[in-house]
Amino acid sequence: MDSSNRTSGVATTQGQITDSLSRLPWWLLILVLGAVFLIFRFINDETYREIFNFLRSGIIVTIRVTVIAYVFAITFGLLAGLGRVSSNPIIYNIATLYVQIMRGLPILVTLLYVSFVIIPLVITQINTLGVYLAGIGLLGEENILAMLGNRRAGLEVNFEIRAIIALAISYGAFSAEIFRAGIESIGRGQMEAARSLGMNYFEAMRHIILPQAVRRVLPPLGNDFIAMLKESSLVSALGVQDITQLGRLYSASSFEYLKTYNMVAFLYLSMTILLSMGVKTMETRLRTND
Amino acid sequence: MIESPKNSMVVIQNVDKHFGTVKAVNNVSVTIEAGEVVVIIGPSGSGKSTLLRCINFLEVPTSGDIWIDGIHLSKKTKNINAVRREVGMVFQQFNLFPHLTALENITIAQRVVRKRSKSEAAEIARQQLKRVGIPEKENVYPGQLSGGQQQRVAIARALAMNPKIMLFDEPTSALDPEMIKEVLDVMLDLAKEGMTMIVVTHEMGFARNAADRIIFMDEGRVIEDTTPNELYDNPQHDRTKLFLSKILQ
Ligand SMILES: Nc1ncnc2c1ncn2[C@@H]1O[C@H](COP(=O)(O)OP(=O)(O)OP(=O)(O)O)[C@@H](O)[C@H]1O
Ligand SMILES: [Mg+2]
Repeated sequence: MDSSNRTSGVATTQGQITDSLSRLPWWLLILVLGAVFLIFRFINDETYREIFNFLRSGIIVTIRVTVIAYVFAITFGLLAGLGRVSSNPIIYNIATLYVQIMRGLPILVTLLYVSFVIIPLVITQINTLGVYLAGIGLLGEENILAMLGNRRAGLEVNFEIRAIIALAISYGAFSAEIFRAGIESIGRGQMEAARSLGMNYFEAMRHIILPQAVRRVLPPLGNDFIAMLKESSLVSALGVQDITQLGRLYSASSFEYLKTYNMVAFLYLSMTILLSMGVKTMETRLRTND
Repeated sequence: MIESPKNSMVVIQNVDKHFGTVKAVNNVSVTIEAGEVVVIIGPSGSGKSTLLRCINFLEVPTSGDIWIDGIHLSKKTKNINAVRREVGMVFQQFNLFPHLTALENITIAQRVVRKRSKSEAAEIARQQLKRVGIPEKENVYPGQLSGGQQQRVAIARALAMNPKIMLFDEPTSALDPEMIKEVLDVMLDLAKEGMTMIVVTHEMGFARNAADRIIFMDEGRVIEDTTPNELYDNPQHDRTKLFLSKILQ
């Protein structure tokens, strides 16, 4: 009896050890080791340093495109999300149409369509309006509306701006659904209590519903930001010189495919993994605060 | 605007509320004077909540007219929110705002709707918390309050808007038995102070002590509208007798 007890005791400890070993974030350890190894190579390898210097301006472009597009995307998303829960049929249908179209299109197609079709069309319309307003004497001959898109006047709408607009429109639809789900997760009783105290719909939304909904949508919105950072690599299809595009240019001229794409992958991964750990932390914080 | 036919606090005239084919409220006419306490009883699904919600327009009646203190309610009433803030409502599920402290729950509508200053709203909120007997809970979030305390904060929140009428929809039926009394006591005090109250409840003790009138509803209609003693001692309809025998046993 004594001995059997001891063996089972040992077995449990062993079981506990394997158990806790299997729960360690091994993937993270491997990633960190990989990163350390790569950074070590980068420092000691002339080519890697050259690649990094070449890609540096791309890092800034990638971050700039992501951040600006994201800010617009969550603004569109909030508006469309409010439209999706509106009882006004016109507002509801406009918002739903927008969300359905954008969610049904590949982002690359949206990017191309907005950049080469929608934006030129809008610019032409604005030009026409500018010329018309100049014609009836409301504005000068060379007003900003008439000259929009004109490279010589310094009013060119470059591809980075087009890409930002396209990404914002596309991601607005995704965050709209996040906002809608967040708002709908707040019980009907909250709106009724606010209305019964005399608040109108917008006051109730602003002071009662949205503050509660925001806490629930922060983690998914954070994940959206990470997705946007990755998806921003699609702007390379428009020739915008982000990390991906510069990587393509460098590797094509130097034939250093392995090292260039090592560096490209490393740059994206180090940003996305750090961000997703940030989102995780935020998630647990919000949960413990509930 | 349609002139009120009487000079009463609440006038409900031929009100219908249909949900599809369900006649939740069926041709109801009731008049309530200022300072009256009216208890509504009736079986589940008889339209008590729906009638109450019509009075502050959380439900828009299918037809009929309602006047609150002489103001006619209709979809076209521009100041529906102005009428609503004169009518406080207390819900079965409390519906406190979980992201705000007890004090903030009471100040938010005062500030947004009544445009009171922060300090004035807080001052009034503290008075109301004292009145409902939990002045020490002002910085506590609803999640950390007992059901009875939450309902008392909800009453304080409604009272802070200085309503002319208070509506209660089964305010004690989500509470554990030991907490029912603390809420009913607050409501009794309120009744004694002369508040106009419409209360859906099956607490017969409260009805006997506080109510001027009891309305018995069934299938969307008002079956009886009389004094508590009259209703208990001398119910006019078989349905009333049947219902009373069930809840009084
Ligand atoms: N929003 C709604 N949509 C559809 N039907 C509804 C709605 N609200 C209430 N009803 C129906 O109207 C009828 C009256 O409901 P109401 O909630 O007013 O009854 P009640 O007397 O308050 O019942 P209870 O004692 O269960 O609270 C019921 O048949 C109910 O199913
Ligand atoms: Mg009810």
